[in-house]
Parts: sequence; C-alpha cells; structure tokens
Amino acid sequence: MAGVGGGNDFQWCFSQVKGAIDEDVAEADIISTVEFNYSGELLATGDKGGRVVIFQREQESKNRSLSRGEYNVYSTFQSHEPEFDYLKSLEIEEKINKIRWLPQQNAAHFLLSTNDKTIKLWKISERDKRAEGYNLKDEDGRLRDPFRITSLRVPVLMPMDLMVEASPRRIFANAHTYHINSISVNSDYQTYLSADDLRINLWHLEITDRSFNIVDIKPANMEELTEVITAAECHPHQCNVFVYSSSKGTIRLCDMRAAALCDRHSKFFEEPEDPSSRSFFSEIISSISDVKFSHSGRYMMTRDYLSVKVWDLNMENRPVETYQVHEYLRSKLCSLYENDCIFDKFECCWNGSDSAIMTGSYNNFFRMFDRNTRRDITLEASRENSKPRAMLKPRKVCTGGKRKKDEISVDSLDFNKKILHTAWHPKENVIAVAATNNLYIFQDKMN
Amino acid sequence: MIHSLWMNDQMLFSCSGCVSACTLVSFSTVLGCHPCFRLNMFSKGTKRKFSDGGEEISEETLVGARMASSYSLQRQSLLDMSLIKLQLCHMLVEPNLCRSVLIANTVRQIQEEMTHDGSWQVVTEAFCSAGQSPSERLVATEVLCRSREQDAEPKLFSVISYEGCREEEVVADETLCSVSVSDAVSNVCLAGSIGQCWEKSDVETDDEALEDSRLGSGEDEEIDTEDEPSREGPKTIGQVFGTFEIKNSSPGPDSALEELFSDVDTSYYDLDTMLTGMQSAPKMGPYDLLDSLAPSHGSSSIVSAPNCRSDLNELDHIMEIIVGS
Repeated sequence: MAGVGGGNDFQWCFSQVKGAIDEDVAEADIISTVEFNYSGELLATGDKGGRVVIFQREQESKNRSLSRGEYNVYSTFQSHEPEFDYLKSLEIEEKINKIRWLPQQNAAHFLLSTNDKTIKLWKISERDKRAEGYNLKDEDGRLRDPFRITSLRVPVLMPMDLMVEASPRRIFANAHTYHINSISVNSDYQTYLSADDLRINLWHLEITDRSFNIVDIKPANMEELTEVITAAECHPHQCNVFVYSSSKGTIRLCDMRAAALCDRHSKFFEEPEDPSSRSFFSEIISSISDVKFSHSGRYMMTRDYLSVKVWDLNMENRPVETYQVHEYLRSKLCSLYENDCIFDKFECCWNGSDSAIMTGSYNNFFRMFDRNTRRDITLEASRENSKPRAMLKPRKVCTGGKRKKDEISVDSLDFNKKILHTAWHPKENVIAVAATNNLYIFQDKMN
Repeated sequence: MIHSLWMNDQMLFSCSGCVSACTLVSFSTVLGCHPCFRLNMFSKGTKRKFSDGGEEISEETLVGARMASSYSLQRQSLLDMSLIKLQLCHMLVEPNLCRSVLIANTVRQIQEEMTHDGSWQVVTEAFCSAGQSPSERLVATEVLCRSREQDAEPKLFSVISYEGCREEEVVADETLCSVSVSDAVSNVCLAGSIGQCWEKSDVETDDEALEDSRLGSGEDEEIDTEDEPSREGPKTIGQVFGTFEIKNSSPGPDSALEELFSDVDTSYYDLDTMLTGMQSAPKMGPYDLLDSLAPSHGSSSIVSAPNCRSDLNELDHIMEIIVGS
C-alpha cells in the first residue's frame, strides 16, 4: 500500500519505544516537547518534571538488515526545578515547554530549554579522556606530600568511559510576566526570541540580563484583552523576519528592520471565516496552536484545532493548502469544550524536503499529509504494534453509518491519549512521536 | 441543563434538554432555517393544542418553538458551563491566560446574541431568584448587570482579573455581596456596583450607591438599617480585615488624633473607612486611618453593640473636617 512521505513503496515501520509500560502514568513523566537537532543525530525530549532526555543515534551497523541506527539515551539532566513566586504566591511549573537546538559549532552541543518563565542554555559535552599522572596529587585526589616529589612528570591523557555532561551556561530569567509558549533560534545563530501570551522578547545568546521587547499586545486595560499570542518563530533564512500566531486564528509577520517595537505587522495572514459553519466554538477552534516555517522559508504551516493549513508567505488572504486532521470532531465540539479537550494545543512539523507534514490527534493517532500526491494517512502509536520493524497499519475513524472492520468509531476514541508533540528527522524518514509518557520512533522501510 | 461538570477524564454527560448538547453547532445553523424539516417526523396535518390556551397552534410553530427553546436551552447551558469554567479558572494557582480569554470571548458572544434575542432580561431575573451560591452569583450577576447597565460594549471582563488571583478582592466581594440577601432586585444593582470594585479605576458614584444600599441613604438612615447589617457586619469586616495587613503598631505622628478619639467607639466608622478605602483612592488610606484611630482597636472591637449612633454622626462630622473632604 502506498504510503506518505516518500515514493510509492514507502512504508512506516515501528523502530523503538522509550518510556515505562505501566498503565499508571506519573504526571512528571509526561513528555511535553520533542526536537531533533540540526543533523538528526540527537533527539531531545522534555517532560513535565523538568527533565531533559537526549537520545543519540548509533552509527549505522554493518548489518544491512537493520534499517537504521537506533536511538539510545545519551544524556539525562534536570533542566528546570519547580519554583515559587513569593510575590504572587504562585508556583512556577517546571514543565519544559520547548527545546530548541543550536547548530553545532564545536565538539559540544547546545540547546535552549524553557519552562513558563525561564530559559536556559545548556551545554552538552563529552568527556572520554582523563589526565593521569599529576604531580601534586594522587590518583585518588589526595595531595601528595611535597617533600616526596622527587621528579617531574607530564600528565598523560588516558581513555575513560564516555561521560556526557550537561551544564547550564546561561540562564535567561525574569523577562516574562506571562507564560512562555515559544522559543526560536534566529538564523544569525546569535539571537533568539521568546514569546509569552502577550509579549515577545529578543535575546542575545551571550547576554542574560537584558532582552529587547519586540512585540507587546497587552492592552492598557486588561479588561479589553481578547487575543493572546499562541506561538512565534523566526524565519529560517532571513534573520530580520519572524511570525507570531494568535488565539483568533491570525498570523502576523514582522520585520525587525521596520521598527524597534514590531507592533505593526508587515504581513497579516487570516482566512475569512466561512459563515455557514459559524458557531459559538468558531473562535476557539480557529485559535492557532503551532506555527512552523518550511525549511525553504517560502511557506509556513499553522495548526488549529481541526486542521493544518499551509500558507504561502506571499499570499495573505488565504492558505494555499488546508488539511483536515479530524473533521469528525466538529459535531462533538460541545463535549470537547466541556472536558477541555478543545483547548489542547497540537503541534505540527515538516519533513526535511517540505513535501510532507505531520501532526497528532486523539487515541494516539497521528496524521501525515503528502503535499504532492495529496494522500494522507492515519497511524497509531501503540504498544500493540511494537514489534521490531513491524509495519504500521493505516487506521480509519468511522464517522457514521456502518462501521467497517478495523475501523474505530468516533465515540470509542480515547481523548486522554493525545499526541501533541511530534518531530521529523531533518534529513531522513525517521519520526519521533510522543504519546503521553512514551516516545515512539518510526522509520521507513525501503522495499 | 447540563448535569455533569467538566472532568478531564469524563467525556460523557447528560442533558435534560430534548437533544444532546453536542448538536449545539448544528442547531445554531439550523435555527436560521425554516424548521419544517422535522415535519416528516410527525403525521401530516395534525394540530395540537397547548395546555394553557384555547387557540390551536400549528404543528410547524410547535416544532419551531420546541427547536427554539431547546436551542436557547443549549445556549444557556453553554453560558453556564463557560461561567463555571471561568470561575474555576480563578481557583487555579495561575490561570492559563489563553484558555481564559477564549472562554471569556465565548461568553461575550453568547451574551451578545442573547441581547439581540431579547432573552437577556429573562435570564437576569432567573439568575437573581435562583438559589445559587454567592460566588457563582457573583460572576453571573456581574456579567448580567453589567450588560443591563451599559447597552454598549458590555465589559464582561472586569470581573475576571487577568492580573492573576487577587484573593483580597475575591473575599471582599463575596462578603459584601452576601450582606443584603433578601431583596432580589437590590441584589442585582448591588452586585453590579460591587463588581466594579474589581477594577483599579475608581468608581465614585458606585461607592455612594454601595454605601447607600448597604447602610441606607443618608447618615440618619444609616442607623435604621443597622440591625440587619450588624449581624453580617462583624463577620464581613472580620473577613475583610483578615485579608488586609493591619498595622497594629505604634501610632507615631498621629498620636494627637488618636487621643482625640480614644473614647469614641469607632466600630462602624471602621466599616465605612474600609469601604471607602477599598473603592476609591483615598486621601488617607484605610491603613492610615486605622493607624490614626486607637491602635488597640482590633477586629474584636468592631463587634460592639449598635449604641453609638450619635457618636458616629459626630465622629463622621469631625473626621470630615479633619480630612477636609
């Protein structure tokens, strides 16, 4: 059966799953962000407990039957701790909202991780050698008696077991009154932006005590607040351009060369509303939960509650492509409003060549759309399909009438099993899907 | 009405209306159309009678009316649900701003539509007479009163402080609201004016309205209604005081003032002060005034019997001269 993301012989197969199998999921283990680095060699996840786990891909084995290298744990560290804001008597959650990698410039790896209030720059470095033969101290660290030292020797580097260390190099704090929802590294690799509900700040990676406020949509009177910022991203090539999305379903593109405060947008993207489908939930489902530029920089993709839209940056009045993720939920909006599922923020991602896009849904389903062939596929991340290299079977949701075999009806969907975070390897057909506390890795199987 | 509240792990709920609330969306679009699509569900040409009237209502109208009423039932349920969500938002440690804004916008939308329909008045009365808990009624009546008083853009959101949970204000409002429980009509106005004290910006006229409705109009009548508020008074003030930091420390430069009033029972004046201090920008803040009065007056002294009417008037008069208001 033809798949999505590659040629006609393309098939997605299970590769690995990380995380506990227990039915009882600890809140702290819930994965809150997933991100590949620029080469795809490293895969980082953040969880609600403030921890970051980095997986590294093994070198491809000589055995051809194995599809690709596997991802194994490379480093684990506690990025953020729960904090208490004494002024407001509020607890600041340690949940990692976003991780963004910096491009690799030397042997070490750098990433930015953020919770609701503080962004941290982490350096992950390897140590596989240690010096032996110090003059002034013993092998176990005790100082040697100076009178016993009769000769001088040069310490020698000896190999040791690989140790991966993560150390916080910069802490960017106290710049956000509201909850940070996005961070994005600029293409100049020197600055990055951080966005909360009402403001966007521009930082320099070297400077932690200052940031520039570039967008501020806080009204003078908070009573008049009707719109918040939901996501922001820097353009992949033009370091002066960034976009931010709102809870009203609009996207604004701003040029930092125009003014210091980019409250006036350069471009305004909004699709006119379809009056026939208007309801009390229209605004809520139009709220954009994620915005991502394509790798080419020509397009951007937005995710709202029921669909994914691809926009051409040169056309503001409507998207060029719209993909329905789970249209069968449209008749269930009232219940989804009641149980708060309507506020779930799904993310979306491009593949390396921008030919396919992926996003999550409920019941541990995730959806992929091929932009060229217009084919789409629904797959499920579950332990049942977790035999090595097992091919994933396409899933289908039955919307009404007779339910066919293997189809699942809308009312049987498990709304607690939601896939909010997915990531696509920048170069290959390898995807990482976060299902609550488990991380699934799927790969293609070339026929 | 919807029977089960939001529960994250519970998808199902029951509704007493004749159709499930899931189809609210479809109703909103259908309502604009002629309702005769349901005619085929009934036998042709049958006319039914309403129990109260001798006139025969045609089937179409009956169906239309039923649809309209279930639509408004659904809409009402949605409004209730949204208001509850907003209030629960406030009880959380730090409310999710995006979610709050979206729910508030939904409430505003419903309210606008209901205003157009003219069904807003009905709802207002229903709210006031229903036996709801003070906190629920707080938000509800605030929402309703606001739109009634101002026909223009109703500022629903003054009640919901985006600045985060302001516990002092929440407590104060609840207790003040709970004072005059009996009169349904005055409740509405009371809640409306109280709601405005959420805002930092001052509402001078509402101060007076509040005081008047609470303590009676004019100083003379102040005492007549003493009996009623006095029961609630101590509790009210105690609670309100409880949320403010009261400086019980040494008098300092105001010792002269304090000597002047040391033999005066200032219990009711404190209440007065509290109210004015809270709702407007006073020349002397409530803390200042408290400092200037006998520092030994804690909340316990407030509970004294209402036998100081003349003293209170005098005190009032004197204070006015001193403060120069």
